[in-house]
Amino acid sequence: MSKYTEDDLKKELETKEYEYGFYTDIESDKFPVGLNEDIVRAISKKKNEPEWMTEWRLEAFKIWQNMTEPEWANVTYKKPDFQNISYYSAPKKKPELESLDQVDPELLETFKKLGISIEEQKRLSGVAVDIVMDSVSVATTFKKTLAEKGIIFCPISEAIQEHPELVKKYMGSVVPRTDNFYAALNSAVFSDGSFCYIPKGVRCPMELSTYFRINEGGTGQFERTLVIADESSYVSYLEGCTAPQRDENQLHAAVVELIALDNAEIKYSTVQNWYPGGKDGKGGVFNFVTKRGLCETNAKISWTQVETGSAITWKYPSCILKGNNSVGEFYSIAVTNNYQQADTGTKMVHLGKNTKSTIISKGISAGKSQNSYRGLVQINSRADNARNFSQCDSLLMGNNCGAHTFPYIEVKNKSAQVEHEATTSKIGEDQLFYCNQRGIDTDKAIALIVNGFSKEVLNKLPMEFAVEAQKLLEISLEGSVG
Amino acid sequence: MLEIKNLHAKVEDKDILKGINLKVKAGEVHAIMGPNGSGKSTLSSVIAGKEEYEVTKGEILLNDEDLDDLAPEVRAHKGIFMSFQYPIEIPGVTVTNFIKTAINETRKAKGLEELPAKDMLKKIRATAELLEIDRKFLSRSLNEGFSGGEKKRNEIFQMAMLEPKLAILDETDSGLDIDALKVVANGVNKFKSKDNAVILITHYQRLLDYIVPDFVHVLHDGKIVKSGGKELAMELEAKGYDWLK
Repeated sequence: MSKYTEDDLKKELETKEYEYGFYTDIESDKFPVGLNEDIVRAISKKKNEPEWMTEWRLEAFKIWQNMTEPEWANVTYKKPDFQNISYYSAPKKKPELESLDQVDPELLETFKKLGISIEEQKRLSGVAVDIVMDSVSVATTFKKTLAEKGIIFCPISEAIQEHPELVKKYMGSVVPRTDNFYAALNSAVFSDGSFCYIPKGVRCPMELSTYFRINEGGTGQFERTLVIADESSYVSYLEGCTAPQRDENQLHAAVVELIALDNAEIKYSTVQNWYPGGKDGKGGVFNFVTKRGLCETNAKISWTQVETGSAITWKYPSCILKGNNSVGEFYSIAVTNNYQQADTGTKMVHLGKNTKSTIISKGISAGKSQNSYRGLVQINSRADNARNFSQCDSLLMGNNCGAHTFPYIEVKNKSAQVEHEATTSKIGEDQLFYCNQRGIDTDKAIALIVNGFSKEVLNKLPMEFAVEAQKLLEISLEGSVG
Repeated sequence: MLEIKNLHAKVEDKDILKGINLKVKAGEVHAIMGPNGSGKSTLSSVIAGKEEYEVTKGEILLNDEDLDDLAPEVRAHKGIFMSFQYPIEIPGVTVTNFIKTAINETRKAKGLEELPAKDMLKKIRATAELLEIDRKFLSRSLNEGFSGGEKKRNEIFQMAMLEPKLAILDETDSGLDIDALKVVANGVNKFKSKDNAVILITHYQRLLDYIVPDFVHVLHDGKIVKSGGKELAMELEAKGYDWLK
C-alpha cells in the first residue's frame, strides 16, 4: 500500500458514490436570515467550538460592523443585503435521482465535453450509483498514507478541535480580521474549509485536493482554508473542480491563508467554475476572496489560478515575501464572457533581501464582459536586491468587451529591479479565416488561439488539471464570436 | 476538378471580379498572372470562401458540387487549400499542434477517427524531411517571428500534410529570395500528382521557372483577358501587361 498514488485514488473514487453520511444528522439545519452577535455565537456553538474560537469570531464580527464594502474595484453590481442572508446552512443532501435521464441535458452535455466518466457524471449530478461501494476504505487509505508522513489534512472545523495550537497560532496571522470587509465577515461566520499541515522536511507525496476530501460535504459560502508548510516541506494543493458547480449561494467570501516556513514550498492551484450568470447577465455568483501567503526565509509560494466562473470576481492571491531569498509567483488566467466582471490580480510585498517575484496574468474577455488586472508590486526599504517581473496580457473577442490593467508599483529601495510588460491583442477575422481555411471551425479556432495565449499559465498547472482546464476554457468561450 | 462559371464578386460594394470562367482538371497546373489590383487575390479568397467577399453572379463548382454558401472550413474539408500571401501568426500554438488540429478536424468532418499520435508524428517527420524543414521549426509558435521564407515554407508544409485536391498558392513567391523560392517550388513539385491540381497566383514569371504550368491566364480588371501555355508567361515577362489591356 506504500505506492498508493493520487491516480489510484482517483480511479477508485470515480467508481464510488459520494458519501454524505458524516453530515446527515444535521441535515435540516438552517438559521434565520440576518447577522448579529447571537448568530455568530450560535454558529460557533453548532460546531462545538472552544471558547477561544467563539471569542475570535465575535471580535471579527465587531470589526466587520465598523467596516464598509470596498468600492475601488472596477466592477458594478447591486450590493448584497447582508441582513438578508442565512449564515448557517448545513450541507443538504441533493435529491437523489434514479438515472441520468432525469438530469438537466445541458449539464450532461457539459460533462461530456469535459470528458467526465459516466460514473463521475452520476456522482456529480446526484444520481444513485448501483456499484457496491466502500468509500470509507478509500478515505482510510488516503488518510493512512498522509498520516504515515505526519501530514494533517482535514476540515478546519476538525482542526479547531484536534489541533487548536496550530489553528490559534496561524489563523488570522496572514489575513488579519481587520484586513478587509469580506475577510472580517468570513472570520466571523466561516462555515468550514480545509486545514493542512505538512511537518518539517516532509514532501507531500500526492496533490492534496479538496476533491478528495470526501467527508467534506459542502463548505458553504464562507470557506476558510489554512495551509501550513513547516520548515523544508513541500505541498501542492488543488482547489476547486472543473465540473460545473451549481450553487444556490449568490455571495461567496472565502479566506485562504498559506504559511511557508523556512525553505518550504507551497504550490496552490485553483480552478474556479462557479455559475457565471445567464447570457443576459442575470444571476451568478459574487466571488469576493482574500488569499494570501507568507514566505519565511528561502520559502516559495506559487499561486496558479484559472478563473472562468462567477458573475463578479474580486480576488488577489498575494505573497508577503518576509524572509530573505523568498520567492512569490502568480500565474493567472481569467476568462470573462457575456456580462461577467472580473477584477483580479496579485500583491507581491517584498520585505526580505534578495526576494523575487513573478507575475504572469492572462485576461481573456468576450461578450459584454469586463476583465481587469490589478496588481501591486511593493519593494520595501530593507528589501535589497529585490526583483520582480510582471507580464499582463489581454486578449479581446469582439467589440463589446473590455480589458483593463491597473499595475501599482511602489519601490523604496534603489537596488530593486522591477519589470512590467503588457500586451493587448484581439482575435482577428484574419486569424479565424486562416484557421477556417485549414479546416478548423470558428469555435475550435478560438479554443486553439486562447490555449496558445494562456499556455505559460496552463503549463504551471498539475498535468491532469491542465487538460481539464483547457477544455474548460473552450466551453466558457463557445459561441462567443458570432 | 474546379469549374468557375461567369463569376462576379464584390467586396464592400466594389465589384472586383467581373465574369471569370476557368476550368481546372486533375493533374493540371494553372498560373494566374496579372498586374496589381486585377483581382488575383480576390479570386483565391472567393474560392476559399472568405466572408467579406460576396458572390453576386456565377458559380464555383468543385467536382460538380456548387460551393456557394459553404463555410470556409467545409470547403477545406472538401479538399481546397489556399496558401496565404501573408500567413497569420498564432502565438503559443506550435506548428505541430496547429497541423495536428487541422488534420483531425478534417478527419472528424469526414467521420474518421483522429489520427493516432504515433502516426501523426511519423507523417509530420516524413513531410518535414521531404521539405527540408528542421525539426526545431516544428515546435515554434505558428508564424511568430518567422522570416518570409519560413512562413511560405510552413504553408507548403501544411499543404503537403493536408493533401488537398486543389491547392491555390497566392503570391507564394513574393518576398522570397532565390534559395527559398527553390525550396518552396521543390515542395510543390513533389506534391503535385495526377489526382490533384494547383493554381499559382503570381505577379512575376520567376516562380514559373521552377514550377512549370500547363496553362497561363492573364487577369485584368476582374476578367481573364488571355489564356495560353507556358510561353505566354515568357511573353509577359518581356512585354509587361500593358499590351493586353
